[in-house]
Amino acid sequence: MKKLLNTLFVTTPDTYLSLDGENIVIRREENILGRYPLHNLEAVCTFGYAGVSPALMGSCAERSIGLTFMTRNGRFLARVTGESRGNVVLRKEQYRISDAERRSALVARNFILGKIYNAKWILERATRDYALRLDIPRIKKVSAALSESMNLVHSVEDLDILRGVEGSAAVQYNSVFDDLILQQKEDFFFHGRNKRPPLDNVNALLSFAYTLLSNDVRSALESVGLDAYVGFLHRDRPGRASLALDMMEELRGVYADRFVLSLINKKLINSKGFYRKENGAVIMDDDTRKQVIKGWQERKQEKIIHPYLNEKISWGLVPYSQALLLARYIRGDLDEYPPFLWK
Amino acid sequence: MPDYNEDDYLLLSGIQHFNFCRRQWALIHVEQQWEENVRTLEGTYVHRIADQPLLREKRGNKLIVRALPVHSGTLGITGICDVVEFVRDPAGIPLSGEEGLYFPYPVEYKRGKPKKNDSDRSQLIAQLMCLEEMLACDLSLGYLYYNETKHRVEVPVTLSDREQVKAVLQEMHHYFTKKHTPKAKAGPHCQSCSLHNVCLPEMLKKRSVASYIESRLSE
Repeated sequence: MKKLLNTLFVTTPDTYLSLDGENIVIRREENILGRYPLHNLEAVCTFGYAGVSPALMGSCAERSIGLTFMTRNGRFLARVTGESRGNVVLRKEQYRISDAERRSALVARNFILGKIYNAKWILERATRDYALRLDIPRIKKVSAALSESMNLVHSVEDLDILRGVEGSAAVQYNSVFDDLILQQKEDFFFHGRNKRPPLDNVNALLSFAYTLLSNDVRSALESVGLDAYVGFLHRDRPGRASLALDMMEELRGVYADRFVLSLINKKLINSKGFYRKENGAVIMDDDTRKQVIKGWQERKQEKIIHPYLNEKISWGLVPYSQALLLARYIRGDLDEYPPFLWK
Repeated sequence: MPDYNEDDYLLLSGIQHFNFCRRQWALIHVEQQWEENVRTLEGTYVHRIADQPLLREKRGNKLIVRALPVHSGTLGITGICDVVEFVRDPAGIPLSGEEGLYFPYPVEYKRGKPKKNDSDRSQLIAQLMCLEEMLACDLSLGYLYYNETKHRVEVPVTLSDREQVKAVLQEMHHYFTKKHTPKAKAGPHCQSCSLHNVCLPEMLKKRSVASYIESRLSE
């Protein structure tokens, strides 16, 4: 598997990024805040307004370094991409599958299978690790329900039925998610998912983690030559990266949810970093956001054995490896798309 | 045999990829995947020396031309010769704008040193065949220059060499028309392949995805 390079996150607003030889230089007014060699970078991600010189954009495009602009709260704004990678034959086959409901369902069900499997094992692992703190029968009951959903999904060939099973599995999983929060319970709780805007600290964290993940998934899909906007489970909607959303299904829990839980349970963040606006919307302050990004970067460096490839890779390469496997399935090298089934 | 349409020309440099591994060639030329590694960067560096299209040198009885674009309609290929040396020879051919008669000799630059197999030769032979077609002449010799040894190796070209190159090119055109990426024949050569991470040769030896999913679900 390829080597995971670094992602440079620029969280200081009003900075300007420019190119100097083979380096990226970060300036604020007349001061140089940092200088990083491009060959170590996989992606550059800026939060808040930050200008980037056209020369640097060109260099990033040429070297396939993802360059993304986000708002300060982590909402996606724009991305600079070079020539589209990969080949039209692969993308056309992707479109053909996307146009055929049944063929789409066969891929989509493996995304969902991965999602439910990973949700189940997040719960199972928690019952093992915190046997004395958790209401085990309650969680085991949900785990059993998830197993049932998995068996259903396994033979589904219809997208609507798949959505139905996925929806009820999500309800099951969400019903015990709050149980997994073991520290700082008075400040961090989960009573359901809300996102526009997030209305509590946990939802604010989840939203931000999903944004970071979706950025990685989207870049991974594009780097293997797939069209991130044409999905199988998520149907076409202008401006929506449907395939990235599809692939995120299997990674949300195991990648983002677990990450958020560990931030809270290890007390790497606390409620002081969260602000409630007049309308109930919750936003994070800059320090907390930095802390989250730092943790995210550290998580990406951790090594795991890929369950299908059976190869040691870092967490950060999971989106790339799944994108590659999807491309290989679409090209006909594999009999099915192998979801990331993590235990 | 009818000539290929210009739009269907393949890149001459692909012959080397194809000889190394058909799947590698297909990943690069059909699927348009490319990853740099130490070897490819070294290759680019070596060619930087040769890639100076506006440099034209006369040395004694030699006219040295760099980065000369060539093609062949009958083979359906196009590419660039690193260096072509035109050597004055009474038995040669006239060149437009030059006095006297010349014989062209293609010189292909390679990183590393001469290899045991003859994977470098076919690219040179294809270049030579292009030159023959474009200059209407018969040639029998080219050179491979190796950067590591700083030495050039004389490569005589026989009829059977040409037949072999023709056969390889036909196979390449066949795959390209079908837009087909052949499966990998994994081997020791995979270790030095820059596309190892895209190809995943080990993946093809693995069990089916269906059985991977079955076994995980039954846990």
